[in-house]
Amino acid sequence: MSDRTPATHYLNVSYGIRSWLFTRDHKRIALLYLASVTLMFLVGGSFAAMVRLELLTPAGDLFQADTYNKIFTLHGIVMVFFFLIPGIPAVLGNFLVPMMIGAKDLAFPRLNLLSWYLFNLGALFTLFNIVIGGVDTGWTFYTPYSTTWTTTNIVPVALGIFVTGFSSILTGLNFIVTIHKMRAPGLTWFRLPLFIWAHYATSVIIMLGTPVLAITIVLLALERVFHLGFFDPALGGDPVLFQHFFWFYSHPAVYIMILPAMGVISEIVTCFSRKRIYGYPFVAASSLAIALLGFLVWGHHMFVSSQSVFAGLVFSVLSFLVAIPSAVKVFNWTATLYKGSISFETPMLYVFGFLGLFTIGGLTGLMLACLGIDVHVHDTYFIVAHFHYIMVGGTVMGYLGGLHFWWPKISGRLYPEGWGRLSALIIFVGFNLTFFPQFILGYLGMPRRYHAYPEEFQVLNVMSTAGASILGVGYLIPLVYLVWCMRDGKVASSNPFGATGLEWQTPAPPPTENFPSPPRVTEEAYAYDKIPIPGGGAYAG
Amino acid sequence: MRPDLPLFPVQGSAEAGQVDLLFLATVGLSLFFALLVSSLLLAFAIKYRRRPTDKPPAPIQGSHALEIAWMVVPLILAMATFVWGADVYFRLNRPPDDTMTVNVVGKRWMWKLQHPSGRREINELHVPVGTPVRLNMTSEDVIHSFFVPAFRVKADALPGRYTTVWFKATRPGRYHLFCAEYCGTQHSGMIGWVEAMEPEAFQAWLAGGPAEVSMAAAGERLFNDLGCVACHNPNSGARGPRLDRLYGSQVKLASGEGLIADEAYLRESILYPAAKVTAGYQPVMPTFRGLVNEEGVLELIEYLKSRVAGQAGEPAPELRPAAPPPERKPQP
Repeated sequence: MSDRTPATHYLNVSYGIRSWLFTRDHKRIALLYLASVTLMFLVGGSFAAMVRLELLTPAGDLFQADTYNKIFTLHGIVMVFFFLIPGIPAVLGNFLVPMMIGAKDLAFPRLNLLSWYLFNLGALFTLFNIVIGGVDTGWTFYTPYSTTWTTTNIVPVALGIFVTGFSSILTGLNFIVTIHKMRAPGLTWFRLPLFIWAHYATSVIIMLGTPVLAITIVLLALERVFHLGFFDPALGGDPVLFQHFFWFYSHPAVYIMILPAMGVISEIVTCFSRKRIYGYPFVAASSLAIALLGFLVWGHHMFVSSQSVFAGLVFSVLSFLVAIPSAVKVFNWTATLYKGSISFETPMLYVFGFLGLFTIGGLTGLMLACLGIDVHVHDTYFIVAHFHYIMVGGTVMGYLGGLHFWWPKISGRLYPEGWGRLSALIIFVGFNLTFFPQFILGYLGMPRRYHAYPEEFQVLNVMSTAGASILGVGYLIPLVYLVWCMRDGKVASSNPFGATGLEWQTPAPPPTENFPSPPRVTEEAYAYDKIPIPGGGAYAG
Repeated sequence: MRPDLPLFPVQGSAEAGQVDLLFLATVGLSLFFALLVSSLLLAFAIKYRRRPTDKPPAPIQGSHALEIAWMVVPLILAMATFVWGADVYFRLNRPPDDTMTVNVVGKRWMWKLQHPSGRREINELHVPVGTPVRLNMTSEDVIHSFFVPAFRVKADALPGRYTTVWFKATRPGRYHLFCAEYCGTQHSGMIGWVEAMEPEAFQAWLAGGPAEVSMAAAGERLFNDLGCVACHNPNSGARGPRLDRLYGSQVKLASGEGLIADEAYLRESILYPAAKVTAGYQPVMPTFRGLVNEEGVLELIEYLKSRVAGQAGEPAPELRPAAPPPERKPQP
């Protein structure tokens, strides 16, 4: 282990645009993905800002109704398909899965690069169609509005999502094969870091779910273009059938978003409390349980869509069951802190943020699983608040925590700790101010996707918009300093946080082949009792 | 200016109280777990914060007993909540027998409602307090959703089928009506009011307004105009089954299945006659798709309902043949 930057590493081994565009190094592809998803996050974030500005006043006075409808639709599409789903797996997963298991690269490096190109193809296609007219169905594309009634660019945008789906499938395939076949000697399944278990479970969902989305998009396009009757009753179809197909993918997609973040949390919480994870087998198995149960709950999106009462009962009880593995994780992370030696660097602040917000998101999810409550709050701002607590409070918190935690490894530089802590705090405050009032709005009955709303809802909407502006500032600060510190930050040692895990046993930034000599694993993950606590102020970024 | 800041919706129906009780119970349960987790996090973060003298903490192997405990306890609570929620859902989905029906057609971007008396409304619904009201809903175009927050009820109105929602208003007042399923440009303009009135005031309101024939009478006219009566009468040589006393009765199908003749069945049989053929009859009925719109179908159904709605013990009035219009003569 060296505390000096190695002379040659994956970032400087070759120069020039071609060396990046044709790279097969998973670490460089991770950075390419980082650039792509960050760009899409900024696009999706701009749409969010426009939504919040429109909702500052009850009247629909900033945008035309049609324009507003396109804006919230694109916010959803861009954030879900082009940021949240690829975010952690394609950036952190790509970088870390091979390193954590002691491999030189993913099993199929060329497929990995192809996956990035497919992602960009889909993203550019979607962005192009935004520019030439947009789409206004909501990210859910419900029929028959999407197939028969809207005049916007449904088919091109859906095609963009279709193509991007294949980038997900390739990434999932790559992870599954890599984790099965390329683990270092001695790295048995129950010695794997939980980040790997989480990505394994995620990959299974991606492989099983994404093709269903692809098929659904094809059916949608066939009905819209050739008027084949699948979904529109006027053509002999069934509009609720579309909802079944759509949610069969899109509900598990929520777990595609949250499971990798849970993997990140397991890595960080152990490091900053210097403890083994509490209940390793339970945390690992709960990822698989969530992946499995996640496929059996899609009907809870249709409690008021004319689904039978019996189907409602089945989907409700299964939805309640998902809470158990989720609760197991939260309890085990909390128990990991017990009798630890806890420090509060930026990644750990994101963990605390995640635990608080994910807990609220999960508990409100139970309220939505509860049939008698869902009837009232379905399609209101209560839902909007709930899934933002999961997707933003959970996934984005995990993503930012992970990005800070591994940034010294990725860039070889330390991020500025003071700014890191400050922005984590700003994000936490801004997030709650944005989304907590939406729970109240939802129970009051404010429907989602409303361009204008009754006046009595204004105060809570103003609070939400104020929070969003704070949240926006909180997101921009790390964007600036993470880019800045790549060149000008303090040089990082190979393991500034004193973490276990194979990825820390190689120089920072790592060489292209990751490990100078193949590592051998002789113990369980998170053996923090066997390594010293980094001295006071060891991390002085 | 005093900012208007409601924090909890008004309760305008009997069901609202049940939903709120369930909701507040789950809020309480959630608060308990959220406070449990956050106070443990806070306590551990303070108690076990790193000190300069810290040695690597001793590892703690998990405890199976604890793991099982924090799976089983939440499981029990979750199942209890599920049962409670299911019970409320049953009640929200099962209208009582003595409901008053109002027909609803969603259309971009308005709610068109019609009372059996014939009185029509757009984006307003007048109902009496104390009487359960059942809405029989459909849509002319895309999916809409009928949502009255004060009553805590919501149900999608779908094209091509009937859905039902019911409520019993308990307090006179004017309550928001929203479309909750995104339906295009003016989705947020597809809103209106439910006016819950004292029964006498409601009767006065129902009797007022422009003179309109009842839905059943309008349906009878359609029934004759469309020539339905040519086959559906006892003297037609049994080309079509008799329709008096049909609504709500048990029907035996040619496929051997049985069903209760509800609104959805009647609608399907008018628009897709071959879908469910009554036992003993040939599938000879032509479709009336394109000849009658959703509102017309609702009127026909009201007419058929009126054929069974006679006084108890009194024979239901016969479907009276009128001169069939020449353009729809039955095939020989």
